[in-house]
Amino acid sequence: MGSIRFDKVDKVFGPNTGGVKVLDNINLEIGEREFVAIVGPSGCGKTTCLRMAAGFEAPSAGLVSVSGRPVTAPGPDRAVVFQQFALFPWKTVRQNIELGLRNKKLPTGERADLVAGALKLMNLEGHAEAFPHQLSGGMQQRVAIARAYVLDPEVLLMDEPFGALDAQTRVVMQEELVRLARVNPRTVLFITHAVEEAVYLADRVAVMTRRPCRIKEVLDIRKIRQAENWDKHARIEDVMDLESFVHLRTQIWKSLREEKVANVV
Amino acid sequence: MGEKALSLRERLAWGALGLMLFLGLWTFLSTSGIVPSQFLPTPLEVLNRIIRLMTDPFAGATLPQHLASSFQRYALGVLLAAAIGVPLGLLMGWFRLLDNIITPIFDGLRFIAPIAWVPFAALWFGTGIGGPVMIIFAGAFPPCLINAYRGARFVEPRLIEAARMLGTGNARMILEILLPDATPSIVAGLRVSAGLGWQSLVGAELIVAAAGVGFMMVQAQANVATPTVIAGMLAIGAVGMLIDVLLRQGEGWLRRRRGLEA
Ligand SMILES: Nc1ncnc2c1ncn2[C@@H]1O[C@H](COP(=O)(O)OP(=O)(O)O)[C@@H](O)[C@H]1O
Ligand SMILES: [Mg+2]
Repeated sequence: MGSIRFDKVDKVFGPNTGGVKVLDNINLEIGEREFVAIVGPSGCGKTTCLRMAAGFEAPSAGLVSVSGRPVTAPGPDRAVVFQQFALFPWKTVRQNIELGLRNKKLPTGERADLVAGALKLMNLEGHAEAFPHQLSGGMQQRVAIARAYVLDPEVLLMDEPFGALDAQTRVVMQEELVRLARVNPRTVLFITHAVEEAVYLADRVAVMTRRPCRIKEVLDIRKIRQAENWDKHARIEDVMDLESFVHLRTQIWKSLREEKVANVV
Repeated sequence: MGEKALSLRERLAWGALGLMLFLGLWTFLSTSGIVPSQFLPTPLEVLNRIIRLMTDPFAGATLPQHLASSFQRYALGVLLAAAIGVPLGLLMGWFRLLDNIITPIFDGLRFIAPIAWVPFAALWFGTGIGGPVMIIFAGAFPPCLINAYRGARFVEPRLIEAARMLGTGNARMILEILLPDATPSIVAGLRVSAGLGWQSLVGAELIVAAAGVGFMMVQAQANVATPTVIAGMLAIGAVGMLIDVLLRQGEGWLRRRRGLEA
């Protein structure tokens, strides 16, 4: 299992044409089997952070490393779940999930077992032969998550994975992700602009400020969650009613709002 | 533009009116003596000629036999264009270096009309099967290459990122990501290629010495057998339309199958 490290990372877009500094001195370490969420106003550079960890963008300064190795290119050790799913429309659910395993040159029998396991994990068993356009948005995102999980990656990178889903589906997916995370903890970098989602899912929440974007503070949720035993509640609304949850949420809200006010003044 | 779409029946009615006006004008020109009737036979004469040509040979073969031999060259030329153009276009769409090497040459060559290749086609590939096929190839090749290339270049970047994240190598990327995503564009290109290839036919058959609709027309022209020339033109037009209709059907079927259209 892997770790992620951002070390004095800057990102400037279009350095040859004047340049926009999007990220300024980002330092963040995500330990093994730790679930870290980044929250921040939209446009503040959250996706850019994730894309650097995935290997789609290179930092302008500083170092992004996964399990101690500098990131140079995308690869199956860093599985990405995209906001817009990014499933291959001409492949069935099974073929979508299987592609990464075929790239790893696993033998057919082993592949079939792994795919069956991933389908079961994400409650997709009846839909293996369906094409993505035949599925609802929630189902499609399950396929995208299964496609990432089946690789058994060192780290999972999720960019607002539930942002495109309707409110009811989102809640179900959040509960499922918590179930997955507690049963089989992975190293996860999770991007969202929804504060509740971050507090509910993550071990730690990093709050990002607006441009040039820095990490303002990192809150540890895990201690409170364990002390208050949030996980005995199966449903998200029960957790969200807890005083400790409300308290944390408000604290992050305030942190984000101070930002906005400070920017307006 | 901006007007209401017509129903099928209305469209057929207007189309029939246009056809009647065309035939009327044609008949008028050829019977009134404005154009010597030797140079412009009446529609009826042409119709009679077509019926005769179905069974009586002209320039060594009946019209269906000429058509069959044209179609062979045509099919070979278009298939060759697709077999080379589509893979090359996909490769150019994925490998930037190949794109940089080939695009300038191609951009220069593609504006040369197929008929301009006639002298070299005959010299290089002979007047048997090779030369004519090369001319049809010259007409059919550009849309195959361009559409495959554009299709590959404009694949949704997120899908390419997803595939790279899954560890997909070059060969599989081209075959399983670029090719399927580019298929609608490729099919549209093949349809254009099929049309342009058929249009290049007469040029291609200027240099053949045996059979083919183009060959038949060239022979007829030499004998001022104008009804036969027009019969050849109509046959080319009719077969071209038929090819286009069939390929449109195929394209529509493919799009529906992929869930692109209801
Ligand atoms: N490839 C790019 N070129 C130029 N600017 C970019 C590029 N990608 C992102 N940006 C800019 O960087 C900023 C941060 O983007 P992003 O990381 O997507 O923000 P977030 O995910 O927090 O909404 C935005 O203002 C965006 O316009
Ligand atoms: Mg974003």
